[in-house]
Amino acid sequence: MSIRRFLAALQARNLEFLRDRTALGWNLIMPVLIVMGFAFAFSTGQEELYKVGLYGQSDQDLAVHDFLQTRYVDFIPVDELERMIEKVDRHQIDLLLDLKNNRYWVNSTSPKGYLLEQLLTPYQLKREAVSGSEIRYVDWVIPGVLGMNIMFSALFGVGYVIVRYRKNGVLKRLRATPLSAFEFLSAQIASRLLMIVAVTVLVYAGTNLVVDFRMIGSYWLLFLILVLGALSMISVGLLVAARITSEEAANGLLNLISWPMMLLSGVWFSLEGSHPLVQNLALALPLTHMVDAARVVMIEGAGLADVTDQLFTLFLFTLCFVSIGSKTFRWE
Amino acid sequence: MIEAENLCKYYAGVKAVDGVSFAIPRGVCFGLLGPNGAGKTTTVEMLEGIKTPSSGIIRYKGEPLGQRFRNEAGIMFQHTALQEFIRVDEVLKMFQQFYSHTRPIEELVEVCALEEFLTRDTRKLSGGQKQRLLLAIALINDPQVVFLDEPTTGLDPQSRRNLWHQVRRIKAENKTLVLTTHYMEEAFELCDEIIIMDHGVIIAQGNPKELLANHFDNSVITLPLSALPADFRADEASTLHPQDGQMEILSRDVDATIHYLAAQHIPLKQLQVRSPTLEDLFLELTGHHLRT
Repeated sequence: MSIRRFLAALQARNLEFLRDRTALGWNLIMPVLIVMGFAFAFSTGQEELYKVGLYGQSDQDLAVHDFLQTRYVDFIPVDELERMIEKVDRHQIDLLLDLKNNRYWVNSTSPKGYLLEQLLTPYQLKREAVSGSEIRYVDWVIPGVLGMNIMFSALFGVGYVIVRYRKNGVLKRLRATPLSAFEFLSAQIASRLLMIVAVTVLVYAGTNLVVDFRMIGSYWLLFLILVLGALSMISVGLLVAARITSEEAANGLLNLISWPMMLLSGVWFSLEGSHPLVQNLALALPLTHMVDAARVVMIEGAGLADVTDQLFTLFLFTLCFVSIGSKTFRWE
Repeated sequence: MIEAENLCKYYAGVKAVDGVSFAIPRGVCFGLLGPNGAGKTTTVEMLEGIKTPSSGIIRYKGEPLGQRFRNEAGIMFQHTALQEFIRVDEVLKMFQQFYSHTRPIEELVEVCALEEFLTRDTRKLSGGQKQRLLLAIALINDPQVVFLDEPTTGLDPQSRRNLWHQVRRIKAENKTLVLTTHYMEEAFELCDEIIIMDHGVIIAQGNPKELLANHFDNSVITLPLSALPADFRADEASTLHPQDGQMEILSRDVDATIHYLAAQHIPLKQLQVRSPTLEDLFLELTGHHLRT
C-alpha cells in the first residue's frame, strides 16, 4: 500500500465529485426538500389512524371486546410494556391497553388519546397517565431521510461510478500504472465516505435551521452511526461494481437494491405491526440498522450500549461486503 | 527487451491470437500491423499485462510481467478515458504520483505541446489534444518501453503528422517502442521492425524495407479501368490486379510496360507509377485488402 498513490487517486475522485455541480447540488438539496415537504405535510401532527397498543393476553379481554371492534383504530399487539409506555409518552401510540390488569396508559396532552379514552369510559379500567411532549412525524422521519440520502449517495456514487470507469476505459488506464486494486478501491471508499459525511453534516444543519427537529442524544454517537452506516452502504456499492461492465445493468441492479431498502428499512413508516417476514427481511438490510440506531439516539437519547447491536451489525456488513467485493473485483 | 513465446488468446471458441512468437530488441520501434480483428490489439494488450494470455509466455527483461514492468512501461491505449472534471495539469500530477521515477511535467508539456490547453478540463479537449495528453501520460514515468496502440486512428492528417514527429523524438531518446497500426505508411515511416498479423497469426515479419525488397521486384502502374479496352491483356513483364475502378499493373520493367500501353493507344493522362507499399505486401500475402 503506497499512501502517495492512494492520496493521488483520492484527490482525483474528490475533485471529480466536487466539480460535478449538478450531482453535488442534487445531493445537498434533495434531502432538505424532502424533509421540508414532510414538515409541511405533517405540520398538524395528525396521522390517519388511531394507534392502540395491546399488552398481554387475558380471558377477560372479552370485557373490552366492543372497544376492540372500533373502526379506524389500529390495534397493535405488543410485548415490552416499558418501551410502549415510553411510546405513549412521546405520542408515538395514542393509548396502551394492559388487557391482563385492566388498565391503560394515555398521554394527558394528546387529543387523540383523549378521544380514545372517552370510548373506554364504560369499561371502568384503571387510568395511568403520562404527559411527555409529542414527537412529531418529522422528528421521526429525519433519521430515515438522512439515511436514505446516504444510501443513494453510497450505492450510486461508488457502484455506478466504478462501472462507468470500467466501461469507458478509466480503469484500464489506471491498471497500467503501479496503482494496485487495493489502493484504488480504498481511495474510492475514502472519497465517498468523506463526501457523505460532509454532505450529511451540511444537510443536517440546513434541515435543522428550517425544521427544528428533536435531537437529545450524543452527537459523537450519531457521528459513529453515520460513519459505520455509510461504510456499510459504500461496501454494497463496491460489491455491485466488482464485475459488472454495463452501466445499464449496474443501474438496474442498484435500483433493485435501493428501492426495497428504502421501503423496507423503516425510512417512511414504522415496521411495527407489519408481517414478521417483512420485519426479518428488514434486518438483512444495513439501512434498517443505521436508521434504527440514529432514531433511538436522536429521539430517545439512547447511549452507546443501546445501539451496540446495530453498530456491530453494520461493521459485520461492511467487513463481509468489502471482502467479497475486493476479492471479486476486476479491472476489466 | 520483451519476448513473447507461443501466445494464444481464445474468447468463447474464437481464436483471437493463435500461437504468436517474437522478440522485441531494446531501442527499436516495433510495429504490429494488420486489419481490424487481426489480433494485434489483443496481442499488444497481453504484452502490456492488461489481458492474460490463454497460453504462452511473456518476459520483460527475462522476467514475467510484474511491478517492475508496470514501473518501467508507458502505455497509450487506443480506447481510454480520463476521470471527468479534472484539468490537464491535474491529470499529469495524479499520474506522476503513481510512479517513483518520473519526468518533470514542464518537460512533458514541451515535448507533447500541451501548453495551450494545460488548464483545460479533459472533457473539452479535441481528438488531437487528447492524444497528446495520453502520450504525455504514457511518458510520465520516463519509461524504457512505450506502447502506442493505434495512436493516430481518427486524427486529421496534420494531427497525425504532429504525433509522428513526437514519436520520432521518443525514438531519438533510444526508448523501445511498440506500435500497433493499420496505417501502412505509418509503420513504414516509423518502424524498424514489423510483424504483419491476420486472423490471429503472424504472416510476415522483418524490417519494412527489406520485406518489400524480398517480396517485390516490380513497380505499380495504375490506370482507371475506363481507360482500358474490355479485352485488355498484360504484357509479358507485368500482371494485372483490378480493384475499385482502377487497374493496378505490377510490372518488373516499367519502361517496357509503358511502351506497350502506348502501342495499344491507351490514354496515359491519368497514369501513375509508384513503388510497392506494405499495403501491396498485405494484398500479396493474404489476397485481401488491409482496410476491408
